[in-house]
Amino acid sequence: MNVEAIAPETVPGWETVIGLEVHAELATATKLFSSAPNRFGGQPNTNVDPVSLGLPGSLPVLNEQAVELAIRVGLALNCQVQRSVFSRKNYFYPDMPKDFQISQYDLPINGEGWLELPDGHRVGIERAHLEEDTGKSTHVGGGGRIHEAGYSLVDYNRAGVPLIEIVGAPDLRSAEEARSYVAELRAILVTIGASDGKMEEGSMRVDCNVSVRPVGQAEFGTRCEIKNINSLRSLGRAISYEARRQVDLITSGERVEQQTRHWNEDEGRTHKLRSKEEAYDYRYFPEPDLVPVEPSDEWIDAIRAALPMLPRERRLRLAEAASIDTSAAALTVERGLDDLAVDAIAEGADAPRVLVHAENNLADGAGRLDGASFAALVKMETGGDLTATQTKTVLATLVAEGGEPAIVAADLGFEAMDIGEMEVLVDRLIAEHPDDWTAFISGDEQERKKKSGFFVGQVMKATNGKADGRAVNELLAHRARS
Amino acid sequence: MTERITRDHVAHVADLARLTLSDAELDAFTGQLADVLDHAADLEALDLTDVLPTAHPLPLVNVFRADEPGPTSDRDEVLAAAPAVEEEQFRVPPVLGEEP
Repeated sequence: MNVEAIAPETVPGWETVIGLEVHAELATATKLFSSAPNRFGGQPNTNVDPVSLGLPGSLPVLNEQAVELAIRVGLALNCQVQRSVFSRKNYFYPDMPKDFQISQYDLPINGEGWLELPDGHRVGIERAHLEEDTGKSTHVGGGGRIHEAGYSLVDYNRAGVPLIEIVGAPDLRSAEEARSYVAELRAILVTIGASDGKMEEGSMRVDCNVSVRPVGQAEFGTRCEIKNINSLRSLGRAISYEARRQVDLITSGERVEQQTRHWNEDEGRTHKLRSKEEAYDYRYFPEPDLVPVEPSDEWIDAIRAALPMLPRERRLRLAEAASIDTSAAALTVERGLDDLAVDAIAEGADAPRVLVHAENNLADGAGRLDGASFAALVKMETGGDLTATQTKTVLATLVAEGGEPAIVAADLGFEAMDIGEMEVLVDRLIAEHPDDWTAFISGDEQERKKKSGFFVGQVMKATNGKADGRAVNELLAHRARS
Repeated sequence: MTERITRDHVAHVADLARLTLSDAELDAFTGQLADVLDHAADLEALDLTDVLPTAHPLPLVNVFRADEPGPTSDRDEVLAAAPAVEEEQFRVPPVLGEEP
């Protein structure tokens, strides 16, 4: 079965329900409860101290910057920022040497909120709380597969790094929507400086709850949680595979068991994780070594006032300026070109052309181009002074070197071709190629297209590409009618 | 407290905490734990509608540390305390696995 080819949402009559839990490492200089550095990629077990290692007698002291970043995340996700208390989540696993993780349980720092996707769909946020990261274990032996591993090696550099866990509501209905949610969340976290959002370095990790139900059924189906998703691509593939697996189980008369599953990227499958016989029972209780966090209104207001413009606001602003919907504004915002586009449109440039250039010709950034020269260039293009191809060339020069569009165009030898000169040229070409011309006027649509391409090509050759292809086509059509 | 703690509860909690208890210990701790919980249940006789649950005995909030790096531990010293070491890391048995 090729799971990539069959999107589960296309299984007629079935709906996929997805809720995501995203862990993001906060961009602090030090760990959540100690002054050991929060740094990716160091030599194993070098960024450690007694607190990271859970040594007896060590005590946690809360990092103020981590709290501030968590509040930024809460505000950016429209959450209620509230009084919070840390709790111990008790379990035995070698990546957590003190045998409990300090997290937040019944009183998270951020309560309910929402995130808006580029298409305007709002996804509920249930909470976003602070907790410490675990150490990193590497499984050795048996070909690297967990169930075959002989032993594990543990590096505690990551232990104690501040995390924000963002729990999304089960509001997503397709793999594509889930990818869009994670992309938007990452853009928000990066924009507000809360996290670098690098999934490939593990600083943003996604656990995915998936269930399926017949279309029209109000109750959710039994869900499975998928772990080990390291990229947006894996996220989409894992959801597609898992939803398909669940539909196949149900339609063949079996039941979906609630379980935690592990995504295997190489195999394109999820596997059941071996579970203990007892249910998870973390015996949460308030962390006695930490006092509550009660952010004042003044502090929250100050953090709110310092927030940069968020992707959603940027999309709304560009959509309004260009009279398009927010989905159409998404790519330009994602590229960080929306300030430039909004400026150019405000200077009177044609909005559709501005967006075409932003989406197709500025993929690597705007470089030295500013809004005013962008506007001047687009005006030259829409005014007929430059062809689309010439505009693209001038644009590339402006990005690389800056300058005035009119001067750059003149330096490149781009001057609008006089319509009279073009008529003379086209008439000469028609006379020189009578068979092609006959084929153009009497052929079928395909032939006509082919021959118009031939004549435009000849004109371009004769003018070193200065001619406007659209104008040549109009002229050919006109000659054909007369 | 509506449900009185049973011997099975105590055995379960002991198991979660990786404690091995003898039958005699289980009996003794079941009685003791039940007494402790009964004592806490006395509070239910009071009207506590407007009382915030205590998160910490000290009347303090917002105790913070500045986000400034400090000293780290010496790795050789740290690893010397481990029962097994490989590639500068702690070598441990695998705990949780994936079914094929």
